[in-house]
Amino acid sequence: MEEIVLEARGMTKKYPGTTALDNVDFDVYKRAVNVLVGENGAGKSTLMKILAGVEEATAGRILRKGEEIRYGSPSEARAHGVGIVFQELNLVPNLSIAENMFMAREIMKNRFSVDHKRQEEEAAKSLRRLQLNLPPSTLVSSLGIGQQQIVELAKALYGDVDILIMDEPTSALSEQEVAVLFEIIADLKAHGTAIIYISHRFEEIMEIGDYITVLRDGKLISTARVKDIDIHWIVREMTGEEEKPPPPREKRCGKVLLEVNHLRLPNLTGGYKVNDVSFTLREGEILGIYGLMGAGRTEILECLIGAQPDATGEIILDDRKITSSRIDQRITEGFSLIPEDRKNQGIVQTFTIADNMTLASLSRYSRRFTISNARENQVVDDMIRELAIKIGSKKHLITSLSGGNQQKVIVGKNLLTNPKVLLMDEPTRGIDVGAKKEMFDIIRKLTDEGLGIIMVSSELKEMLTIPDRVLVLNKGRLIGEFEREELSQAKLLMASDSK
Amino acid sequence: MSTTTLDSGKHKISATHVLIQLRTFGVLILLCVFFSVMAPNFLTYGNIPILAKHIAVNAILAMGLVFVLLTGGIDLSIGSVVGLAGMIAGGLIYEGMPLRTFGVTLYLNVPAIIVVSILLGMVIGLVNGWVITKFSVAPFIVTLGMMYIARGFALLRSNGATFPNLQGSAAHNTTGFPILGAARFYGIPLSVWITVVLAVFFIYLARKTPFGRHVYAVGGNVTASRLSGINVRKVTIWVYMISGMTAALVGLIVTSELVAAHPATGTSYEMNAIAAAVLGGTSLAGGRGTIGGTLVGACTIGVLNDGMVMMGVSEFWQTVIKGVVIIAAVILDQIQAEIQRRSAMAKL
Repeated sequence: MEEIVLEARGMTKKYPGTTALDNVDFDVYKRAVNVLVGENGAGKSTLMKILAGVEEATAGRILRKGEEIRYGSPSEARAHGVGIVFQELNLVPNLSIAENMFMAREIMKNRFSVDHKRQEEEAAKSLRRLQLNLPPSTLVSSLGIGQQQIVELAKALYGDVDILIMDEPTSALSEQEVAVLFEIIADLKAHGTAIIYISHRFEEIMEIGDYITVLRDGKLISTARVKDIDIHWIVREMTGEEEKPPPPREKRCGKVLLEVNHLRLPNLTGGYKVNDVSFTLREGEILGIYGLMGAGRTEILECLIGAQPDATGEIILDDRKITSSRIDQRITEGFSLIPEDRKNQGIVQTFTIADNMTLASLSRYSRRFTISNARENQVVDDMIRELAIKIGSKKHLITSLSGGNQQKVIVGKNLLTNPKVLLMDEPTRGIDVGAKKEMFDIIRKLTDEGLGIIMVSSELKEMLTIPDRVLVLNKGRLIGEFEREELSQAKLLMASDSK
Repeated sequence: MSTTTLDSGKHKISATHVLIQLRTFGVLILLCVFFSVMAPNFLTYGNIPILAKHIAVNAILAMGLVFVLLTGGIDLSIGSVVGLAGMIAGGLIYEGMPLRTFGVTLYLNVPAIIVVSILLGMVIGLVNGWVITKFSVAPFIVTLGMMYIARGFALLRSNGATFPNLQGSAAHNTTGFPILGAARFYGIPLSVWITVVLAVFFIYLARKTPFGRHVYAVGGNVTASRLSGINVRKVTIWVYMISGMTAALVGLIVTSELVAAHPATGTSYEMNAIAAAVLGGTSLAGGRGTIGGTLVGACTIGVLNDGMVMMGVSEFWQTVIKGVVIIAAVILDQIQAEIQRRSAMAKL
């Protein structure tokens, strides 16, 4: 019964400037759902990618039935029986189910032509096993998300795959679709498949998990049988702290700085991404926004900065109603956004550190049409000193810096626009522990000067220790608001996870 | 590291860029030496101004185009704008502007004709930029369409005929147009002076103004630029207006040099301009490139062209060799970038 089909030993993965995975052991049991949990940046995605052959480990061995195996690509991993379903669907919408299933491994009639008939027969067999009664010639674009997920499953399972990795498979599914997926998982388990299951949803883990492995900061923290534990245990292991009331923070919040009323952002497919959300922010206050993926956290910040032209609602900053809609105008009004995805939305990779920092505030150093290099250099030097950014020279490319220092440059860029409200979307994503602490010291110092901060984070620990007040979102709705004193991990989790 | 190379300003302090520029510059010098040995008339007092005039036309076009390329766009319409601007100016000199409703023909003087033609080029650029940003159409497609439209109007202006003898007439106060292509100051052709003045202005624009910084930023990361409050739409429209402006200016220069306007003038000029920019280290993906590098690229192509002509290389072989040089230069760029990337990784 307790047969181990795959052992990972000493898995280590280093990226420039950070260690994503540090000497982690991981066992995969047959006929079981092996759950992998951890906060963002804990290393679970990295471990999964290594096991699936998407990335190569810096060090470590993978043993299959006692023998060491090596693979450097997803197709080689598959040859060893390891398949993966990614969180984002990777199907080609204008091709059929069968064509998608056999993408890049087509069944050939001869050297030049694809045997569509046999592909569709094989696909039909797979689909039947997964209880999806659709002709394999159906175009993927006509399927619902849940059905597409099943096609992904069929694709991943085709061949001799007996280890299936699923990365947050339920994040985009409705309740009924989740129920269907869980039936399929139970069925796969019964047929001997080992499932590696990554999820943020604790109730779901308790429901279908057999074994659980907790990672934190790239290290293995603990393993257990799911039947021996409860949700509080998972939270404790993930965050590494006994639950204790958050340290009090002397309140020095001033008058109301920002008032947001009935903020709405329509979804293209109907419904709302942000649904009638109202809140206020005081001077010097740190307001946290917590919620699961797709809860509408990022969208709220985007509405405030002017990146969502379809947003409706009332925004009042400093007793003035905001009527402008463009980002540059909102920045002038006093908003500033540190985006979630530093690489794609934050930095300009081709720019130096200095040029990145002054990008949003160039007009401040310009007289008529000319940038004053002296003034530009002066503010850059001051900001580098103030934020303690570790650099060789401000003329180096920003990409030469570690994630934490890049993020500080972005913070500097935002501060140079003289914001009244700083919007921070996952400000500590992808930066190491030390840099995180520095980031929070900076945040606290900024609020002392009266700046209002709205911070989105999916890390519980941060939500409990940094903000003065936390809003909890679920599917675009504001469903909870907690003062710092009344915060607890369980409260946040239960609220964000409720149906 | 030497920072005295051509235009090695803020955006290319990195060793790669300096090397790339040095390398293109080195190739240029090698070519000059090679051709002066092989074709003794090549670098002579008589020939250099002619060579410089050839280079100037492509250099002006390429310098305007570089702003578009820096944002990650492309402008295929510039060759046709060269032709159209020439035809509009030529037509105004040759037959004026007949206003049928009033039964009179309006004649403009030469400065006004120049202004009108350049404004026309800028309006075409404005339309390019507006369509690209308003409807999110790929710049390649929009400017390809504009390439046909502008060429079509150039042909329509005269039904395909040439406007000859553009000396103008004193009676209509339209004399003086040929000066643009023929005049020399201190022995240097006017078009070369124009190139120098434009180069200084464009280097200033690219390096010392918020607009220039924004152009580089949009090409480097458009999302980050937008979230930093850059009005991406405005920047995009302006770069196409710049390239339309330089194209119209080239149209005027070429027409003036020929003292005749032909609707097919400027055909495939856009390719020479792209080649000059790429040879000068401009990335078609946007964000990387300099005016100085582009000038070096334009000189390289000009020297290669004229040198081969003077050596008596067959016209057909010239075309082949030009293509080989362009591809080889870009391959060298990639190798340089890869070496740079590896050494950066090794440091970690």
